[in-house]
Parts: sequence; C-alpha cells; structure tokens
Amino acid sequence: MEEKNLAIQVHGLQKSFGKLQVLKGVDFDVARGSIFALLGSNGAGKTTIVRILTTLLKPDDGTASVDGFDVLSQPARVRESISLTGQFAAVDEILTGRENLIMIAELRHVKTAGKMADDLLERFGLADASGRRVSAYSGGMRRRLDIAMSLIGNPRIIFLDEPTNGLDPQGRIEVWQVIQNLADGGTTVFLTTQYLDEAEKLADRIAILHEGTIVVSGTLEELRKLLPPAKVEYVERQPTLEEIFLAIVGSDKKDQR
Amino acid sequence: MNTRFFSDTRVMTGRSLRHITRSMDTIITVAITPIAMMLMFVYVLGGAIQAGTDNYVSYVLPGILLIAIASGISYTAYRLFIDLQSGIFERFHSMPIARSSVLWGHVLTSLVSNAISVVVIVLVALLMGFRSSAGVVPWLAVAAILGLFTLALTWIAVLAGLSATSTDGAGAFSYPLIFLPFISSAFVPTATMPGPVRVFAENQPVTAIVNTIRALFERQPVGGEIWIALAWCVGILLIAYALAMRAYRHKIG
Repeated sequence: MEEKNLAIQVHGLQKSFGKLQVLKGVDFDVARGSIFALLGSNGAGKTTIVRILTTLLKPDDGTASVDGFDVLSQPARVRESISLTGQFAAVDEILTGRENLIMIAELRHVKTAGKMADDLLERFGLADASGRRVSAYSGGMRRRLDIAMSLIGNPRIIFLDEPTNGLDPQGRIEVWQVIQNLADGGTTVFLTTQYLDEAEKLADRIAILHEGTIVVSGTLEELRKLLPPAKVEYVERQPTLEEIFLAIVGSDKKDQR
Repeated sequence: MNTRFFSDTRVMTGRSLRHITRSMDTIITVAITPIAMMLMFVYVLGGAIQAGTDNYVSYVLPGILLIAIASGISYTAYRLFIDLQSGIFERFHSMPIARSSVLWGHVLTSLVSNAISVVVIVLVALLMGFRSSAGVVPWLAVAAILGLFTLALTWIAVLAGLSATSTDGAGAFSYPLIFLPFISSAFVPTATMPGPVRVFAENQPVTAIVNTIRALFERQPVGGEIWIALAWCVGILLIAYALAMRAYRHKIG
C-alpha cells in the first residue's frame, strides 16, 4: 500500500519497563478510513502501543508514525491529528456533560463550542442529562460522553483503548454503533479489545498481539483461512443469553432511569 | 505557543475554579481551622502571653493567615493527584495544547481559593477587634506578599501532587509548613526562646514575613525585613517551580 494511504505505520517497536520487555518488535500498518482492531489478552501490551502512538510514552526502539508524522520527532503534529479515548473514561466527574464538551471544544479552539456541545449531546443520546454532573452518569453514558469528547475538532485518527470494557450489553452495542458511524464518516479508528466478537463485528483488519509481537494480522477472512475450512453441520440454534437479555430489557438507545 | 498557553490556561483555570465552587466545603475547612486557632490564641492563651501589645488579635493575624495558606495549598496537591489518577490527564496530554497550562490552571485556582480564605479570616479578625490604620498602599503590599507566599507554597504543592503515590501522601507534605509559624514570631516574641530555637525562629521565612505584615498593618517602618521576606518567597518559588517542572517533564515522558 502507498504510504500516503496509511494512517499509522509501526516498525520494530520495542518497549521495556525495567526488566520486563513488553513490546519485542511490533510491526503493523493501518489504512486510512479503516477500523483496525488490536487484539490481545490482559497485559499483552495493547495499552503500551496506544500510549506510544498517542505521544504519551516514548518507545525504546523502532519507529511509529501517525498521520504521516513521527511520534518522537513531531509529537505536536501527531496530537493535532488524533484523539484518545483511554481505558478509563477520561471525563471530568465534577463538571456536567455539557461543560466537559465545551471545555474540550475550547481547548481545540472551536469557535462555536456551545453549539457543538449541544449537537454532540443530541447525537449521543445525552441531551436530557446535559446539565447533570458526570458523577451521576451510568457507565454507558460516561463512555458515550468520553467518545463524544474525542470527536471534537474532527481528528483524522481516533484511538479507543478497550472502549467497551465494563459496559453492559446495551452499552456495548451503542458504542459499536458509534464506532461504525465514525468509520463510515471516513475517520480511521484504532481499537484495542480483548473481546473477540467485538473485533469480529467491527474491524476491517485485526492484529493479534501476543508475548510482545504481532503473531497474526489480516482481515477476518484471512484469519479464518489460517484454520481448517469450516464443516457444514446441522445445529439447533438456541438464542444466546445476550439475545434473551436484550429481548427482555429492550435495546433502546437511551438509559432509562 | 504563547497565545495558546494563555487561552489554554484560561480554560484549565475555569475548569479548576468550577471544582472549588462546587465544593465550597474545601474553602470553609481551610478557613475554619485557622479561625479556631485565632479564637483559642486570643481568648484562651492570649491573656497569659506577654507579647508587648494591647491588641493581641492584630498581633496573631499575620501568622494565622500564613497557617491558612499553608493548609489551603494541600488541596492543590490533592486535586492534581486526583487528575493524575483519572484518565483526564492523559486526554489533555494527547491533545494539541500547551502542556504547562494543565499545572497553571491548578496554581491560579489556588491563588483564588486562598485569597477567599484570607478575606474570610480577616473579616472574622475584624469582628474580634483587629484594627489597622494602614492605607491602600500598605494593604496592597500585604496582599502582594501573601500572594507571593501562596504562589511559592503552591508550587511546592504541585511538586507534592506530582510525586505522591497516594491521596494521603499528596496532602501530608503540608504539615511541616503549617507547623512553621509556631516556631516563629507569629504568636510570641522570639526573645523568650532558648538559644538554638531562637536562632531557628529568627532566621526562617515565617518570622520575616510576619514581622513585615505586622509592620505594614501598624504603619511602622518595615526596614530591611521586607526584603528578607520577599527574598524567601521568591527563592522558594523559583526552586519549587524548577523542581515541579522537572517532576512534570519526568512524569509526562
């Protein structure tokens, strides 16, 4: 693929914490406008990669560029292009949802901060809760606000570190919808997750990080080909617990309480 | 860079000020302990203390204000530590903003919240009989010295907040600072103290600052002591600022 079509390029990335070598030479590329899922178990180093790509951490060795800018030599340019939604909701608990959005909009020098905040609150189903302090929000609402804050300033690349961690099934589906909409709008999404179904559902390409290196990467189809072809069997399909749960409680968008 | 620094610092300060206006209890607790001390010193101990003054409220007020500031700044360390623990710090740092604005927001908020505490305490002191014939210029000088003292101590608090490993640790550094006025001229004249204590008391920052503020309130000549007081404040400020910025750069890699 041509370089200008790549949103992220990573070559030979290494990082140790003390004696523990977390990344032992990581390589991957992410195409513009795609959803890329980095899969790995807890402690595999997913967050370390996200922190390096978002200029929060310096690698020991190797190169990484984001939106064409090197993370080490041009961190300020990288920050202009990206947005990070970290593992723990990065929202201000004491401020209201609207104030959180306005704060980020002002830091991004958006002229019409108030209007942008109201639009985002509407879009993320938070309009009714806009004047409430975030400490009173549910986990799903907090996550949606978190992602809404990341969209301000139209970053070309969005990093989502385990965006559905700790969410209930409805919350997960809402977040998935948001991610899909982002990609449909042309934003590159870099996603880490430990849920296989999440990667399966969303990602254009999947990379599996294991013991410090990318062991496999490719489209879901390509990964499937790594295993023996599927056999056709007759299986009586029982509803999954998730389907039962959603059928009973309803899968309405808004948190009703 | 500079225009970004000022606008980002304004946003950060606005955020931090909302935090304190939504938890006014922090300002109240900061003011209440020094007020209780002032009541105790004036109405319990004051009668037995030979300070060579007929208005003991006016005598202790400068020291009480310094105690209030020394305890007030621990909230800055606490709030900074909470920010570091939550994800909001990483969000700020992954954004194209002037990074030092994250700290300056907390520092400017500390100036505002301590100023409120100081005003409350001065009002209570007025009710208790504190009187000053000082004009506008000496009052401004007092405000400037207290502001400088707050700024210097706040940067110590920033350093503590950045280096702390627990919320308790983030606040604990302020205890020695709160204690310092007791070994100074804040409550009793240093002349009665035994040798080494007296040497310490007369050569630590609080004594110079207290004596200067007292002289300004009483319209007495401040002499060379104001320069010693300013030198202490500026010296502590520069060292604490340098150390805090170093700890910050280390923290954000």
